Amino acid sequence: MGSTRNIRRRIRSVKNTAQITKAMQTVAASKMRKAQDAALNGRPFAAQAIRLLANAARSLDDYEHPLLEVRPVRKRAVILLTTDKGLCGGLNANLMREASHYDRDTTLFIGAGKKGAQFIARTGRRLAAEFSLEDNPTFGDAQAVARAAKDLFLQGEVDQVEVLFPRFVNTLHQQPERLPLLPMESLWEEELKDSPDADAKTTPVDYLFEPSPGEVMSAMLRSFLDFQILQLLLETKASEHSARMVAMKNATENADQLIKDLTLTYNKIRQADITTELLDISVAQLAIN
Amino acid sequence: MAAKLKLEIVTPDGQVYAREVDSVYLPGADGELGILPQHAPLMTLLGSGEIVARRGPEEDRILVTKGAAEITGDKVSVLTVFATDEADVDVTKAEEARARAEARLKEKLSPEETSLVQASLAHSLAQLKFKRRRQRK
Repeated sequence: MGSTRNIRRRIRSVKNTAQITKAMQTVAASKMRKAQDAALNGRPFAAQAIRLLANAARSLDDYEHPLLEVRPVRKRAVILLTTDKGLCGGLNANLMREASHYDRDTTLFIGAGKKGAQFIARTGRRLAAEFSLEDNPTFGDAQAVARAAKDLFLQGEVDQVEVLFPRFVNTLHQQPERLPLLPMESLWEEELKDSPDADAKTTPVDYLFEPSPGEVMSAMLRSFLDFQILQLLLETKASEHSARMVAMKNATENADQLIKDLTLTYNKIRQADITTELLDISVAQLAIN
Repeated sequence: MAAKLKLEIVTPDGQVYAREVDSVYLPGADGELGILPQHAPLMTLLGSGEIVARRGPEEDRILVTKGAAEITGDKVSVLTVFATDEADVDVTKAEEARARAEARLKEKLSPEETSLVQASLAHSLAQLKFKRRRQRK
């Protein structure tokens, strides 16, 4: 009889776990819908911004701006976008595997999301700045991250800035991706490479500028960099909630399966016990007669 | 002439306008710009005001604040943070937005944030002004 009590206890504890994961799945699912919408709606703006900058920059060959300066790369900074919380499947692990490919001595990390910052500290890499990544990232959050990166680049601490983030593909799939960010030219070269719109690459147009080329360019460079980062934060959030939803769904399903198996075992043992008891009684009866 | 312009307005919240139009008026940073098909390629910064798009006898008005526009012979792409269709202008919402922006301005903000909040304030004021003018007519 002892073992049935043990199994009953286990079933109860698994049921509790399933209840919790089920609740977390529901929460993640509702956040996921919002985050996915935000990420998808922001994409046209980000893509247009890059296209506009690319076109403008190509039409102005000799324009110079500190954010465009290309230097030989001795040191680079990597903005590592991860989540603040765990329980989201392999999302962070995949990012960290990618992050560990960077050279330890010449790479400075900017961690946005606590998990990434913890990883950098744990593996003894250099962390230049750390930000936490709340739900519903705002423009202000993006600017804070952008400013940290810009400062490092403009002060000559690093010669290149890359972003490592989970690109949101769909609910089941998030792809860790490296995106060069500064000097800004690399940003649009990378994006235009896989843009379907072929004429954007080939024909530089001579644009007129209002009020002046310098003013237009510097205003666009400054604000679009922030928006680019904001878009990446939104992608990260969409990935996080999708990954968590899927992970929690799997956990709930596993728990339900486990409950089923345990219940089966429990019933078998219970029946075996009854059979043994009946046998005992019958044997005793026979012995008396 | 059958030539048409394709007008696209995109904000960080998604595309708000995409239509074939006959002509476009843009509130440039240094004054209003009228764009007809076959305009010379132009990049411009936008101030605060209305984008007026003419389609035959019809007219669409979209309020924008700050942004940039790229103009080519057959296309006008507008990138802006704040865009509100004339039909969607809502006095109470604009009032709320104004109050919120004014409150935010009293807090301590970074320079970039301040400029964004100021733009948002300008946008809600523009909406209110627009509505008032409409009512007078």
